[in-house]
Amino acid sequence: MSVLTNFSSLFLSAFGTTLKLFAFSAVGSLILGTFLAMLRVSPVPVFRAAATTYVGMLRNTPLTLVFFFFTFAYPLLKILKLDPDPTAIVALTLYTSAFVCEVVRSGINTVPVGQAEASRALGLTFSQMLASVVLPQALRAVVPPLVSTMIALLKNTTVAAGFSVQDAGSISYSLSEAGADTLVGLGWVAFFFVLLVIPLTLLQRSLEKRWSVAR
Amino acid sequence: MTAPNPAPPMIKMAGVDKFFGPLHVLKNVNLEVPKGQVVVVLGPSGSGKSTLCRTINRLEPINSGTIEVDGQPLPAEGKELARLRADVGMVFQSFNLFAHKSIVDNVLLAPTKVRKVPSNEALEHATELLERVGIANQAEKFPAQLSGGQQQRAAIARALAMRPKVMLFDEPTSALDPEMVQEVLDVMTTLAKEGMTMLVVTHEMGFARKAADRVIFMADGEIVEDSTPTEFFSAPKSNRAKDFLGKILTH
Ligand SMILES: Nc1ncnc2c1ncn2[C@@H]1O[C@H](COP(=O)(O)OP(=O)(O)OP(=O)(O)O)[C@@H](O)[C@H]1O
Ligand SMILES: [Mg+2]
Repeated sequence: MSVLTNFSSLFLSAFGTTLKLFAFSAVGSLILGTFLAMLRVSPVPVFRAAATTYVGMLRNTPLTLVFFFFTFAYPLLKILKLDPDPTAIVALTLYTSAFVCEVVRSGINTVPVGQAEASRALGLTFSQMLASVVLPQALRAVVPPLVSTMIALLKNTTVAAGFSVQDAGSISYSLSEAGADTLVGLGWVAFFFVLLVIPLTLLQRSLEKRWSVAR
Repeated sequence: MTAPNPAPPMIKMAGVDKFFGPLHVLKNVNLEVPKGQVVVVLGPSGSGKSTLCRTINRLEPINSGTIEVDGQPLPAEGKELARLRADVGMVFQSFNLFAHKSIVDNVLLAPTKVRKVPSNEALEHATELLERVGIANQAEKFPAQLSGGQQQRAAIARALAMRPKVMLFDEPTSALDPEMVQEVLDVMTTLAKEGMTMLVVTHEMGFARKAADRVIFMADGEIVEDSTPTEFFSAPKSNRAKDFLGKILTH
């Protein structure tokens, strides 16, 4: 307990940073991933190819390498200077969006083709059909794997600690520098991660329940 | 030189061919449906009835020939085609109601999204249509909570909400339990009497006799007979039609 009380401000600010990384990357990757899934089912071959290439690359690259790229290679391009926190958010968003894309795409595949045909027959354009008919049903079908992807993202935020971000993953370094008991500290870190996952699981359950009536 | 026809046919198919790979599904189909006519399409399974129906709003693209709706050739896939499809109502065998939307939202979606009808006006029209097909009391339910007959009537209301110029029906009662067939046919018969241009693929001979102005008989991708219901049922010309009628009527 003493580790926690002695270093409460360290824990607070580190988990605050973790939550910030998670929140921005979750929203970003859900939007970008859904957009990529739309490209992957688009009738335009170039869009499909671009999204497929993107997903293939990001999904097969270790997250650490994505961080490496944005921390060391990207600054050489001299486009826009990014601090460590935004850099981490960009890396996490791009990486996670590839997984979100695949989950959403598998959801799109569960929507019966008659739904798209009825939309087209009514005069909806391709994007209207996706936005109003196909995606809402696809997302309802993939709530559990989508939440799993978000839980993975939450844990992946700790990779940022290796790239100058003072998030929960960095707590053990700070503790060991201060000569505190890192093992106990890590125990607390693990405990708080479990606490953070609980609301995600509850969200999943309530969404599943709400949407099960509609089918 | 002939004077230009003031009213083009609602549907005009000329020299239409359609292949699925090597399979020749529509063979040089020529068909004109004037405004207000009710055409019933009959034929054995696999003769190309559904395909014919689906080429008219280009759910199936064709390989050669031309199709015009109300004098307008079908454009390629895109915004313009979407605009044309908005004028062509379609009712499917499997209803295809939007599973995640209530019945009234099913009816409201296309008018508000495609035609940009103000929502209060669209709601008024939707309510009127649901009353007309007899399911106003089911408006807030989801499709899965309705019987097949109710779902199909909702699907008809959804199509009518776009105020289409022509309605296509592909076996609208084939997926229904027998006791629900009539309620759907009644809605269609009323629609026919009101002057809607209709092309109906069906095996319901009663509907064909009662509501159709014209019967088209298809076999192997060709239009084999094109006559009035009375002519077709009392004196079919081709052997294939005689054969078909023999099988259907003994059922
Ligand atoms: N998407 C498709 N791909 C390949 N072949 C198809 C496809 N759709 C239909 N066919 C074939 O085309 C032929 C005509 O099919 P169609 O569905 O138009 O017949 P139909 O007259 O509507 O038959 P039914 O009474 O069974 O509905 C059939 O041989 C069918 O197997
Ligand atoms: Mg058919």
